[in-house]
Amino acid sequence: MDALIAGITIFVLSIFVGFEIITKIPPTLHTPLMSGSNAISGITLVGAILSAGAQHTLVTATLGGVAVVFATINVVGGFMVTNRMLEMFKKKPSS
Amino acid sequence: MMSAINLIYLVAAVLFILGLRGLTHPRTAVRGNLLGACGMLLAIVVTLTHHNIVSFEIIIIGILIGAVIGALLATKIEMTSMPELVALFNGFGGIASVLVAGAALIESTIRTSAAVPGNAGIHGPLMQITVATAASGLIGAVTFWGSLVAFGKLKGLISDNAVLFSGQQVLNAILALLALGLGVSVVMDPTNILAYWSLVLVASILGILLTIPVGGADMPVVVALLNSYSGLAAAATGFVLSNNVLIITGSLVGASGLILTQIMCKGMNRSLTNVLFGVLAPAAGSATADEVYTGRVKSALPEEVALLFDAARRVVIVPGYGMAVSQAQQPLANLASVLTERGVEVEYAVHPVAGRMPGHMNVLLAEADVPYEALKDMDDINPYIDQMDVALIIGANDVVNPLARTDPSSPIAGMPIIDVDKAKTVVIIKRSLSPGFAGIPNPLFAADNSLMLFGDGKKMVLDILAALKDT
Repeated sequence: MDALIAGITIFVLSIFVGFEIITKIPPTLHTPLMSGSNAISGITLVGAILSAGAQHTLVTATLGGVAVVFATINVVGGFMVTNRMLEMFKKKPSS
Repeated sequence: MMSAINLIYLVAAVLFILGLRGLTHPRTAVRGNLLGACGMLLAIVVTLTHHNIVSFEIIIIGILIGAVIGALLATKIEMTSMPELVALFNGFGGIASVLVAGAALIESTIRTSAAVPGNAGIHGPLMQITVATAASGLIGAVTFWGSLVAFGKLKGLISDNAVLFSGQQVLNAILALLALGLGVSVVMDPTNILAYWSLVLVASILGILLTIPVGGADMPVVVALLNSYSGLAAAATGFVLSNNVLIITGSLVGASGLILTQIMCKGMNRSLTNVLFGVLAPAAGSATADEVYTGRVKSALPEEVALLFDAARRVVIVPGYGMAVSQAQQPLANLASVLTERGVEVEYAVHPVAGRMPGHMNVLLAEADVPYEALKDMDDINPYIDQMDVALIIGANDVVNPLARTDPSSPIAGMPIIDVDKAKTVVIIKRSLSPGFAGIPNPLFAADNSLMLFGDGKKMVLDILAALKDT
Protein backbone atom coordinates (compact mmCIF):
# COMPACT_ATOMS: atom_id res chain seq x y z
CA MET A 1 0.00 0.00 0.00
CA ASP A 2 2.86 2.38 0.85
CA ALA A 3 4.35 1.85 -2.59
CA LEU A 4 1.02 2.76 -4.18
CA ILE A 5 0.76 5.99 -2.15
CA ALA A 6 4.35 6.85 -3.09
CA GLY A 7 3.52 6.23 -6.75
CA ILE A 8 0.42 8.42 -6.62
CA THR A 9 2.42 11.14 -4.85
CA ILE A 10 5.01 11.11 -7.62
CA PHE A 11 2.26 11.08 -10.27
CA VAL A 12 0.45 14.12 -8.86
CA LEU A 13 3.62 16.13 -8.20
CA SER A 14 4.93 15.39 -11.71
CA ILE A 15 1.70 16.64 -13.26
CA PHE A 16 2.19 19.92 -11.40
CA VAL A 17 5.81 20.17 -12.55
CA GLY A 18 4.60 19.46 -16.09
CA PHE A 19 1.96 22.20 -15.94
CA GLU A 20 4.49 24.71 -14.57
CA ILE A 21 7.08 24.06 -17.27
CA ILE A 22 4.83 23.52 -20.25
CA THR A 23 2.76 26.69 -19.78
CA LYS A 24 6.07 28.58 -20.20
CA ILE A 25 6.82 27.03 -23.59
CA PRO A 26 5.99 29.54 -26.38
CA PRO A 27 3.28 28.50 -28.90
CA THR A 28 5.91 28.74 -31.65
CA LEU A 29 7.61 25.66 -30.22
CA HIS A 30 4.46 23.59 -29.60
CA THR A 31 5.05 21.20 -32.49
CA PRO A 32 8.60 20.31 -31.31
CA LEU A 33 7.12 19.99 -27.82
CA MET A 34 4.69 17.35 -29.06
CA SER A 35 7.29 15.35 -30.96
CA GLY A 36 9.71 15.73 -28.05
CA SER A 37 7.13 14.45 -25.59
CA ASN A 38 6.51 11.55 -27.97
CA ALA A 39 10.20 10.77 -27.64
CA ILE A 40 10.29 10.81 -23.85
CA SER A 41 7.03 8.86 -23.55
CA GLY A 42 9.00 6.13 -25.34
CA ILE A 43 10.38 5.50 -21.83
CA THR A 44 7.98 2.51 -21.89
CA LEU A 45 10.98 0.97 -23.67
CA VAL A 46 12.44 0.33 -20.22
CA GLY A 47 9.54 -1.97 -19.37
CA ALA A 48 9.61 -3.54 -22.81
CA ILE A 49 13.32 -4.38 -22.47
CA LEU A 50 12.69 -6.14 -19.15
CA SER A 51 9.91 -8.32 -20.59
CA ALA A 52 11.85 -9.08 -23.76
CA GLY A 53 15.01 -9.92 -21.84
CA ALA A 54 13.60 -11.81 -18.85
CA GLN A 55 11.84 -14.29 -21.15
CA HIS A 56 9.55 -15.84 -18.56
CA THR A 57 7.49 -17.36 -21.35
CA LEU A 58 7.56 -17.22 -25.12
CA VAL A 59 4.45 -15.04 -25.06
CA THR A 60 5.88 -12.41 -22.71
CA ALA A 61 9.18 -12.33 -24.61
CA THR A 62 7.30 -11.79 -27.88
CA LEU A 63 5.06 -9.08 -26.41
CA GLY A 64 8.15 -7.41 -24.95
CA GLY A 65 10.03 -7.67 -28.25
CA VAL A 66 7.24 -6.07 -30.27
CA ALA A 67 6.92 -3.35 -27.60
CA VAL A 68 10.68 -2.73 -27.88
CA VAL A 69 10.26 -2.04 -31.60
CA PHE A 70 7.36 0.42 -31.14
CA ALA A 71 8.94 2.23 -28.19
CA THR A 72 12.30 2.52 -29.98
CA ILE A 73 10.60 4.06 -33.03
CA ASN A 74 9.17 6.66 -30.65
CA VAL A 75 12.47 7.32 -28.91
CA VAL A 76 14.75 7.47 -31.95
CA GLY A 77 12.24 9.04 -34.33
CA GLY A 78 10.97 11.48 -31.71
CA PHE A 79 14.33 12.87 -30.65
CA MET A 80 15.66 13.03 -34.22
CA VAL A 81 12.68 14.82 -35.74
CA THR A 82 12.53 17.23 -32.80
CA ASN A 83 16.19 18.03 -33.30
CA ARG A 84 15.58 18.57 -37.02
CA MET A 85 12.81 21.08 -36.30
CA LEU A 86 14.67 22.91 -33.55
CA GLU A 87 17.73 23.38 -35.76
CA MET A 88 15.46 25.25 -38.19
CA PHE A 89 14.42 27.65 -35.45
CA LYS A 90 18.02 28.21 -34.42
CA LYS A 91 19.14 29.17 -37.93
CA LYS A 92 20.13 32.80 -38.17
CA PRO A 93 18.31 35.01 -40.71
CA SER A 94 20.41 35.21 -43.87
CA SER A 95 20.29 38.96 -44.29
CA MET B 1 21.70 -3.15 -7.38
CA MET B 2 18.01 -2.34 -7.76
CA SER B 3 18.42 0.88 -5.77
CA ALA B 4 21.36 1.90 -8.00
CA ILE B 5 19.18 1.37 -11.07
CA ASN B 6 16.38 3.39 -9.51
CA LEU B 7 18.79 6.24 -8.70
CA ILE B 8 19.92 6.36 -12.32
CA TYR B 9 16.24 6.41 -13.36
CA LEU B 10 15.84 9.47 -11.15
CA VAL B 11 18.73 11.15 -12.99
CA ALA B 12 17.02 10.31 -16.28
CA ALA B 13 13.74 11.83 -15.05
CA VAL B 14 15.57 15.01 -14.00
CA LEU B 15 17.18 15.20 -17.46
CA PHE B 16 13.73 14.90 -19.08
CA ILE B 17 12.43 17.79 -16.96
CA LEU B 18 15.50 19.93 -17.77
CA GLY B 19 15.07 19.00 -21.42
CA LEU B 20 11.46 20.20 -21.44
CA ARG B 21 12.53 23.38 -19.69
CA GLY B 22 15.04 23.97 -22.50
CA LEU B 23 12.08 24.16 -24.89
CA THR B 24 10.98 27.45 -23.31
CA HIS B 25 13.29 29.29 -25.73
CA PRO B 26 14.60 28.43 -29.23
CA ARG B 27 18.16 29.26 -28.13
CA THR B 28 18.17 26.56 -25.45
CA ALA B 29 15.78 24.15 -27.19
CA VAL B 30 18.31 22.10 -29.16
CA ARG B 31 20.38 21.54 -26.04
CA GLY B 32 17.22 20.67 -24.10
CA ASN B 33 16.31 18.01 -26.62
CA LEU B 34 19.83 16.56 -26.36
CA LEU B 35 19.55 16.48 -22.57
CA GLY B 36 16.34 14.48 -22.92
CA ALA B 37 18.03 12.08 -25.34
CA CYS B 38 20.93 11.63 -22.88
CA GLY B 39 18.43 10.84 -20.13
CA MET B 40 16.82 8.22 -22.34
CA LEU B 41 20.15 6.63 -23.24
CA LEU B 42 21.07 6.47 -19.57
CA ALA B 43 17.74 4.84 -18.66
CA ILE B 44 18.09 2.25 -21.44
CA VAL B 45 21.71 1.35 -20.65
CA VAL B 46 21.05 0.94 -16.95
CA THR B 47 17.99 -1.22 -17.65
CA LEU B 48 20.17 -3.58 -19.66
CA THR B 49 22.17 -4.30 -16.48
CA HIS B 50 19.05 -5.61 -14.69
CA HIS B 51 19.63 -9.07 -13.22
CA ASN B 52 16.36 -10.45 -14.62
CA ILE B 53 17.60 -10.16 -18.19
CA VAL B 54 18.81 -13.53 -19.38
CA SER B 55 19.10 -12.92 -23.10
CA PHE B 56 19.82 -9.86 -25.21
CA GLU B 57 18.93 -11.20 -28.66
CA ILE B 58 15.31 -10.02 -28.82
CA ILE B 59 16.22 -6.70 -27.23
CA ILE B 60 19.00 -5.94 -29.70
CA ILE B 61 16.98 -7.00 -32.74
CA GLY B 62 13.99 -4.99 -31.53
CA ILE B 63 16.05 -1.88 -30.89
CA LEU B 64 17.77 -2.16 -34.27
CA ILE B 65 14.48 -2.50 -36.17
CA GLY B 66 12.88 0.34 -34.19
CA ALA B 67 15.90 2.62 -34.56
CA VAL B 68 16.07 2.17 -38.34
CA ILE B 69 12.32 2.81 -38.78
CA GLY B 70 12.42 5.77 -36.40
CA ALA B 71 15.46 7.34 -38.07
CA LEU B 72 13.94 6.90 -41.54
CA LEU B 73 10.65 8.46 -40.47
CA ALA B 74 12.41 11.37 -38.76
CA THR B 75 14.68 12.24 -41.69
CA LYS B 76 12.28 11.60 -44.59
CA ILE B 77 9.15 13.29 -43.27
CA GLU B 78 8.04 16.55 -44.90
CA MET B 79 7.34 19.33 -42.43
CA THR B 80 3.79 19.66 -43.82
CA SER B 81 3.23 16.02 -42.74
CA MET B 82 4.39 16.60 -39.18
CA PRO B 83 0.86 16.11 -37.73
CA GLU B 84 0.65 12.63 -39.29
CA LEU B 85 4.00 11.66 -37.80
CA VAL B 86 3.09 12.88 -34.32
CA ALA B 87 -0.27 11.05 -34.57
CA LEU B 88 1.61 7.88 -35.47
CA PHE B 89 4.09 8.31 -32.61
CA ASN B 90 1.21 8.86 -30.16
CA GLY B 91 -0.25 5.58 -31.33
CA PHE B 92 3.04 3.69 -31.00
CA GLY B 93 3.38 4.95 -27.43
CA GLY B 94 -0.11 3.63 -26.72
CA ILE B 95 0.44 0.17 -28.20
CA ALA B 96 3.80 -0.20 -26.43
CA SER B 97 2.00 0.41 -23.11
CA VAL B 98 -0.68 -2.19 -23.98
CA LEU B 99 1.95 -4.82 -24.78
CA VAL B 100 4.18 -4.12 -21.79
CA ALA B 101 1.23 -4.15 -19.36
CA GLY B 102 -0.02 -7.40 -20.93
CA ALA B 103 3.39 -9.06 -20.60
CA ALA B 104 3.70 -7.84 -16.99
CA LEU B 105 0.28 -9.27 -16.13
CA ILE B 106 1.26 -12.70 -17.45
CA GLU B 107 4.61 -12.56 -15.66
CA SER B 108 3.11 -11.58 -12.33
CA THR B 109 0.43 -14.27 -12.46
CA ILE B 110 3.16 -16.86 -13.12
CA ARG B 111 5.33 -15.49 -10.32
CA THR B 112 2.56 -15.55 -7.75
CA SER B 113 0.66 -18.63 -8.87
CA ALA B 114 0.17 -21.38 -6.30
CA ALA B 115 1.70 -23.90 -8.70
CA VAL B 116 5.15 -22.44 -8.10
CA PRO B 117 6.72 -23.94 -4.92
CA GLY B 118 6.89 -21.44 -2.10
CA ASN B 119 4.11 -19.32 -3.46
CA ALA B 120 1.28 -21.14 -1.68
CA GLY B 121 -1.11 -18.75 -0.05
CA ILE B 122 -0.45 -15.77 -2.32
CA HIS B 123 -3.28 -15.35 -4.74
CA GLY B 124 -2.30 -13.39 -7.79
CA PRO B 125 -0.65 -10.00 -8.11
CA LEU B 126 -1.57 -7.05 -5.91
CA MET B 127 -4.81 -5.30 -6.72
CA GLN B 128 -3.14 -1.93 -7.40
CA ILE B 129 -1.08 -3.59 -10.12
CA THR B 130 -4.08 -5.18 -11.80
CA VAL B 131 -6.01 -1.90 -11.69
CA ALA B 132 -3.06 -0.17 -13.35
CA THR B 133 -2.82 -2.98 -15.91
CA ALA B 134 -6.46 -2.57 -16.87
CA ALA B 135 -6.00 1.21 -17.13
CA SER B 136 -2.90 0.77 -19.26
CA GLY B 137 -4.66 -1.64 -21.62
CA LEU B 138 -7.72 0.58 -21.90
CA ILE B 139 -5.95 3.94 -22.44
CA GLY B 140 -3.22 2.41 -24.57
CA ALA B 141 -5.61 0.68 -26.98
CA VAL B 142 -7.85 3.76 -27.30
CA THR B 143 -4.71 5.81 -28.03
CA PHE B 144 -3.36 3.38 -30.62
CA TRP B 145 -6.52 3.01 -32.68
CA GLY B 146 -7.60 6.60 -32.17
CA SER B 147 -4.21 7.74 -33.44
CA LEU B 148 -4.38 5.45 -36.45
CA VAL B 149 -7.75 6.96 -37.39
CA ALA B 150 -6.33 10.48 -36.87
CA PHE B 151 -3.34 9.51 -39.04
CA GLY B 152 -5.66 8.21 -41.76
CA LYS B 153 -7.75 11.37 -41.70
CA LEU B 154 -4.74 13.69 -41.81
CA LYS B 155 -3.18 11.68 -44.61
CA GLY B 156 -6.46 11.61 -46.53
CA LEU B 157 -6.68 7.80 -46.44
CA ILE B 158 -10.10 8.01 -44.83
CA SER B 159 -12.70 10.76 -45.17
CA ASP B 160 -11.71 13.67 -43.02
CA ASN B 161 -15.34 14.68 -42.71
CA ALA B 162 -17.13 14.02 -39.49
CA VAL B 163 -18.52 10.48 -39.80
CA LEU B 164 -21.75 10.35 -37.84
CA PHE B 165 -24.41 7.67 -37.61
CA SER B 166 -27.47 7.35 -35.43
CA GLY B 167 -27.00 5.56 -32.14
CA GLN B 168 -23.29 6.38 -32.12
CA GLN B 169 -23.32 7.81 -28.59
CA VAL B 170 -25.35 4.85 -27.30
CA LEU B 171 -22.93 2.39 -28.90
CA ASN B 172 -19.97 4.26 -27.40
CA ALA B 173 -21.61 4.21 -23.97
CA ILE B 174 -22.25 0.46 -24.21
CA LEU B 175 -18.65 -0.19 -25.28
CA ALA B 176 -17.32 2.01 -22.47
CA LEU B 177 -19.42 0.07 -19.93
CA LEU B 178 -18.27 -3.22 -21.44
CA ALA B 179 -14.64 -2.08 -21.18
CA LEU B 180 -15.23 -1.07 -17.58
CA GLY B 181 -16.77 -4.47 -16.81
CA LEU B 182 -13.86 -6.29 -18.42
CA GLY B 183 -11.50 -4.05 -16.43
CA VAL B 184 -13.19 -5.13 -13.22
CA SER B 185 -12.93 -8.78 -14.20
CA VAL B 186 -9.18 -8.32 -14.87
CA VAL B 187 -8.86 -6.96 -11.34
CA MET B 188 -11.01 -9.74 -9.83
CA ASP B 189 -9.22 -12.58 -11.56
CA PRO B 190 -5.81 -11.53 -12.93
CA THR B 191 -5.05 -15.11 -14.01
CA ASN B 192 -7.75 -14.76 -16.66
CA ILE B 193 -5.50 -13.25 -19.32
CA LEU B 194 -8.31 -13.51 -21.87
CA ALA B 195 -10.23 -10.81 -19.97
CA TYR B 196 -7.28 -8.43 -20.49
CA TRP B 197 -7.11 -9.02 -24.23
CA SER B 198 -10.89 -8.69 -24.51
CA LEU B 199 -10.56 -5.36 -22.73
CA VAL B 200 -7.92 -4.32 -25.26
CA LEU B 201 -10.20 -5.40 -28.12
CA VAL B 202 -13.20 -3.43 -26.84
CA ALA B 203 -10.98 -0.40 -26.15
CA SER B 204 -9.65 -0.63 -29.70
CA ILE B 205 -13.16 -0.42 -31.18
CA LEU B 206 -13.91 2.43 -28.79
CA GLY B 207 -10.75 4.26 -29.92
CA ILE B 208 -11.87 4.07 -33.55
CA LEU B 209 -15.46 5.09 -32.83
CA LEU B 210 -14.41 8.04 -30.67
CA THR B 211 -12.13 9.51 -33.34
CA ILE B 212 -14.09 8.81 -36.51
CA PRO B 213 -16.80 11.47 -35.84
CA VAL B 214 -14.25 14.28 -35.47
CA GLY B 215 -13.90 16.52 -38.53
CA GLY B 216 -10.58 17.23 -40.25
CA ALA B 217 -10.31 20.82 -39.03
CA ASP B 218 -10.63 19.63 -35.43
CA MET B 219 -7.73 17.19 -35.79
CA PRO B 220 -5.28 19.49 -33.93
CA VAL B 221 -7.38 19.04 -30.79
CA VAL B 222 -7.57 15.27 -31.20
CA VAL B 223 -3.84 14.89 -31.88
CA ALA B 224 -3.06 16.95 -28.76
CA LEU B 225 -5.52 14.90 -26.70
CA LEU B 226 -4.10 11.59 -27.94
CA ASN B 227 -0.64 12.95 -27.07
CA SER B 228 -1.91 13.34 -23.53
CA TYR B 229 -3.42 9.81 -23.53
CA SER B 230 -0.15 8.24 -24.66
CA GLY B 231 1.50 9.87 -21.65
CA LEU B 232 -1.19 8.66 -19.28
CA ALA B 233 -0.86 5.12 -20.69
CA ALA B 234 2.88 5.26 -19.98
CA ALA B 235 2.17 6.48 -16.43
CA ALA B 236 -0.30 3.61 -15.90
CA THR B 237 2.37 1.19 -17.12
CA GLY B 238 4.67 2.81 -14.55
CA PHE B 239 2.21 1.78 -11.82
CA VAL B 240 2.09 -1.75 -13.26
CA LEU B 241 5.87 -2.09 -13.07
CA SER B 242 6.22 0.05 -9.91
CA ASN B 243 8.67 2.11 -11.96
CA ASN B 244 8.91 5.77 -10.99
CA VAL B 245 10.63 7.04 -14.15
CA LEU B 246 7.64 5.83 -16.18
CA ILE B 247 5.21 7.49 -13.79
CA ILE B 248 7.10 10.80 -13.86
CA THR B 249 7.59 10.87 -17.63
CA GLY B 250 4.06 9.71 -18.36
CA SER B 251 2.53 12.41 -16.20
CA LEU B 252 4.76 15.11 -17.76
CA VAL B 253 3.57 14.08 -21.23
CA GLY B 254 -0.01 13.75 -20.00
CA ALA B 255 0.10 17.29 -18.61
CA SER B 256 1.70 18.62 -21.79
CA GLY B 257 -0.97 17.11 -24.03
CA LEU B 258 -3.74 18.41 -21.79
CA ILE B 259 -2.39 21.97 -21.88
CA LEU B 260 -2.11 21.88 -25.67
CA THR B 261 -5.65 20.48 -25.96
CA GLN B 262 -6.90 23.32 -23.80
CA ILE B 263 -5.05 25.95 -25.87
CA MET B 264 -6.49 24.52 -29.10
CA CYS B 265 -10.04 24.53 -27.70
CA LYS B 266 -9.62 28.11 -26.51
CA GLY B 267 -8.33 29.09 -29.96
CA MET B 268 -11.63 27.87 -31.43
CA ASN B 269 -13.76 29.03 -28.49
CA ARG B 270 -15.26 25.54 -28.19
CA SER B 271 -15.40 23.10 -25.34
CA LEU B 272 -13.62 19.77 -25.61
CA THR B 273 -16.93 17.88 -25.50
CA ASN B 274 -18.20 20.03 -28.36
CA VAL B 275 -15.13 19.20 -30.45
CA LEU B 276 -15.33 15.47 -29.70
CA PHE B 277 -19.08 14.92 -29.97
CA GLY B 278 -20.62 17.98 -31.57
CA VAL B 279 -20.72 19.37 -35.06
CA LEU B 280 -20.71 23.09 -35.79
CA ALA B 281 -24.32 24.26 -36.05
CA PRO B 282 -25.12 25.64 -39.50
CA ALA B 283 -25.46 29.41 -39.44
CA ALA B 284 -29.20 29.90 -39.27
CA GLY B 285 -30.58 33.36 -39.86
CA SER B 286 -27.26 35.02 -40.61
CA ALA B 287 -26.44 36.79 -43.84
CA THR B 288 -25.92 34.70 -46.96
CA ALA B 289 -22.79 34.94 -49.07
CA ASP B 290 -24.61 36.99 -51.75
CA GLU B 291 -25.86 39.55 -49.25
CA VAL B 292 -22.39 40.01 -47.83
CA TYR B 293 -20.35 40.03 -51.01
CA THR B 294 -22.44 41.34 -53.94
CA GLY B 295 -21.13 44.61 -55.29
CA ARG B 296 -18.74 45.11 -52.42
CA VAL B 297 -15.77 42.84 -53.13
CA LYS B 298 -12.85 44.62 -54.80
CA SER B 299 -10.46 42.47 -56.70
CA ALA B 300 -6.86 43.59 -57.28
CA LEU B 301 -3.90 42.67 -59.48
CA PRO B 302 -0.48 41.60 -58.16
CA GLU B 303 1.01 44.84 -59.56
CA GLU B 304 -1.35 46.97 -57.47
CA VAL B 305 -0.51 44.99 -54.36
CA ALA B 306 3.19 45.45 -55.08
CA LEU B 307 2.66 49.22 -55.17
CA LEU B 308 0.91 49.01 -51.81
CA PHE B 309 3.84 47.14 -50.32
CA ASP B 310 6.26 49.62 -51.86
CA ALA B 311 4.59 52.47 -50.01
CA ALA B 312 4.15 50.60 -46.71
CA ARG B 313 6.28 50.94 -43.61
CA ARG B 314 4.80 48.11 -41.55
CA VAL B 315 3.36 44.87 -42.91
CA VAL B 316 1.80 41.92 -41.13
CA ILE B 317 1.43 38.53 -42.82
CA VAL B 318 -1.29 36.16 -41.61
CA PRO B 319 -0.69 32.62 -42.89
CA GLY B 320 -3.33 29.88 -42.80
CA TYR B 321 -3.31 26.24 -43.75
CA GLY B 322 -4.04 27.25 -47.36
CA MET B 323 -0.49 28.66 -47.51
CA ALA B 324 0.91 25.22 -46.73
CA VAL B 325 -1.41 23.55 -49.25
CA SER B 326 -0.10 25.72 -52.08
CA GLN B 327 3.49 25.45 -50.75
CA ALA B 328 3.77 29.25 -50.68
CA GLN B 329 5.94 29.51 -47.55
CA GLN B 330 9.28 29.89 -49.35
CA PRO B 331 8.13 32.58 -51.84
CA LEU B 332 6.39 34.30 -48.94
CA ALA B 333 9.61 34.35 -46.92
CA ASN B 334 11.44 35.74 -49.97
CA LEU B 335 8.83 38.46 -50.35
CA ALA B 336 9.25 39.33 -46.67
CA SER B 337 13.03 39.56 -46.94
CA VAL B 338 12.82 41.77 -50.05
CA LEU B 339 10.51 44.08 -48.11
CA THR B 340 12.80 44.00 -45.08
CA GLU B 341 15.75 45.00 -47.27
CA ARG B 342 13.73 48.03 -48.39
CA GLY B 343 13.25 49.09 -44.79
CA VAL B 344 9.72 47.72 -44.31
CA GLU B 345 9.04 46.11 -40.95
CA VAL B 346 7.51 42.67 -41.61
CA GLU B 347 5.90 40.48 -38.95
CA TYR B 348 3.91 37.25 -39.08
CA ALA B 349 0.76 36.83 -37.00
CA VAL B 350 0.09 33.17 -36.21
CA HIS B 351 -3.30 32.07 -34.90
CA PRO B 352 -3.22 29.23 -32.32
CA VAL B 353 -5.25 26.92 -34.58
CA ALA B 354 -3.57 27.81 -37.88
CA GLY B 355 -2.22 24.62 -39.39
CA ARG B 356 -3.02 21.03 -38.58
CA MET B 357 -1.45 20.81 -35.12
CA PRO B 358 -0.30 23.16 -32.35
CA GLY B 359 2.61 25.30 -33.61
CA HIS B 360 2.52 23.71 -37.08
CA MET B 361 2.52 27.02 -38.99
CA ASN B 362 5.59 28.22 -37.08
CA VAL B 363 7.54 25.10 -38.08
CA LEU B 364 6.60 25.56 -41.74
CA LEU B 365 7.74 29.19 -41.66
CA ALA B 366 10.93 28.34 -39.76
CA GLU B 367 11.72 25.80 -42.49
CA ALA B 368 11.50 28.69 -44.98
CA ASP B 369 14.12 30.56 -42.91
CA VAL B 370 11.69 33.03 -41.38
CA PRO B 371 13.52 34.37 -38.29
CA TYR B 372 11.97 33.33 -34.98
CA GLU B 373 11.69 36.97 -33.85
CA ALA B 374 9.30 37.79 -36.71
CA LEU B 375 6.77 35.12 -35.63
CA LYS B 376 4.17 36.72 -33.36
CA ASP B 377 1.34 35.12 -31.41
CA MET B 378 -2.16 36.41 -31.90
CA ASP B 379 -2.33 37.97 -28.42
CA ASP B 380 0.98 39.78 -28.89
CA ILE B 381 0.20 41.36 -32.24
CA ASN B 382 -3.50 42.26 -31.87
CA PRO B 383 -2.89 45.34 -29.64
CA TYR B 384 -0.86 47.13 -32.34
CA ILE B 385 -2.35 45.72 -35.52
CA ASP B 386 -4.01 49.13 -36.21
CA GLN B 387 -0.51 50.50 -36.88
CA MET B 388 -0.06 48.15 -39.84
CA ASP B 389 -0.11 49.69 -43.32
CA VAL B 390 -0.80 46.38 -45.05
CA ALA B 391 -2.11 43.08 -43.69
CA LEU B 392 -1.54 40.19 -46.08
CA ILE B 393 -3.84 37.19 -45.49
CA ILE B 394 -2.83 34.04 -47.28
CA GLY B 395 -4.84 30.85 -47.04
CA ALA B 396 -6.67 31.86 -43.86
CA ASN B 397 -10.38 32.58 -43.47
CA ASP B 398 -12.29 31.89 -40.24
CA VAL B 399 -9.41 33.06 -38.00
CA VAL B 400 -9.67 36.59 -39.47
CA ASN B 401 -13.50 36.76 -39.65
CA PRO B 402 -14.65 39.88 -37.76
CA LEU B 403 -18.09 38.25 -37.24
CA ALA B 404 -16.50 36.44 -34.30
CA ARG B 405 -16.31 39.84 -32.60
CA THR B 406 -19.47 41.49 -33.88
CA ASP B 407 -22.21 38.88 -34.40
CA PRO B 408 -23.22 37.01 -31.22
CA SER B 409 -25.42 34.63 -33.24
CA SER B 410 -22.57 33.52 -35.52
CA PRO B 411 -21.28 29.95 -35.09
CA ILE B 412 -17.81 31.39 -34.47
CA ALA B 413 -19.01 34.08 -32.03
CA GLY B 414 -16.45 34.67 -29.32
CA MET B 415 -13.67 32.84 -31.13
CA PRO B 416 -10.42 34.80 -30.75
CA ILE B 417 -9.38 36.19 -34.14
CA ILE B 418 -6.51 38.20 -35.55
CA ASP B 419 -7.95 41.71 -35.92
CA VAL B 420 -6.60 42.34 -39.43
CA ASP B 421 -9.64 44.44 -40.32
CA LYS B 422 -8.08 47.20 -38.20
CA ALA B 423 -5.06 47.49 -40.49
CA LYS B 424 -5.04 50.33 -43.05
CA THR B 425 -5.28 48.01 -46.04
CA VAL B 426 -6.04 44.29 -46.05
CA VAL B 427 -4.93 42.12 -48.96
CA ILE B 428 -6.42 38.62 -49.10
CA ILE B 429 -4.90 35.98 -51.34
CA LYS B 430 -7.55 33.32 -51.94
CA ARG B 431 -8.73 31.11 -54.77
CA SER B 432 -12.39 32.13 -54.46
CA LEU B 433 -14.91 33.48 -51.98
CA SER B 434 -15.70 29.96 -50.74
CA PRO B 435 -16.25 29.73 -46.98
CA GLY B 436 -13.84 28.21 -44.47
CA PHE B 437 -14.52 25.36 -42.08
CA ALA B 438 -17.22 27.31 -40.24
CA GLY B 439 -19.19 27.55 -43.50
CA ILE B 440 -20.07 31.21 -43.15
CA PRO B 441 -19.29 34.23 -45.36
CA ASN B 442 -16.52 36.57 -44.22
CA PRO B 443 -17.44 40.31 -44.25
CA LEU B 444 -13.72 41.09 -44.19
CA PHE B 445 -13.57 40.23 -47.91
CA ALA B 446 -16.19 42.92 -48.61
CA ALA B 447 -14.79 45.58 -46.26
CA ASP B 448 -13.90 49.04 -47.63
CA ASN B 449 -10.20 48.61 -46.82
CA SER B 450 -9.94 45.07 -48.29
CA LEU B 451 -8.56 43.95 -51.63
CA MET B 452 -8.98 40.41 -52.93
CA LEU B 453 -6.18 38.83 -54.91
CA PHE B 454 -7.84 35.80 -56.48
CA GLY B 455 -5.55 32.90 -57.39
CA ASP B 456 -3.16 30.22 -56.17
CA GLY B 457 -1.21 31.37 -53.12
CA LYS B 458 2.24 30.50 -54.39
CA LYS B 459 1.69 31.98 -57.86
CA MET B 460 0.23 35.21 -56.48
CA VAL B 461 3.14 35.74 -54.07
CA LEU B 462 5.62 35.12 -56.90
CA ASP B 463 3.73 37.62 -59.09
CA ILE B 464 3.82 40.27 -56.35
CA LEU B 465 7.52 39.59 -55.90
CA ALA B 466 8.20 39.99 -59.63
CA ALA B 467 6.17 43.21 -59.78
CA LEU B 468 7.95 44.53 -56.71
CA LYS B 469 11.36 44.00 -58.29
CA ASP B 470 10.26 46.06 -61.31
CA THR B 471 9.34 49.08 -59.21
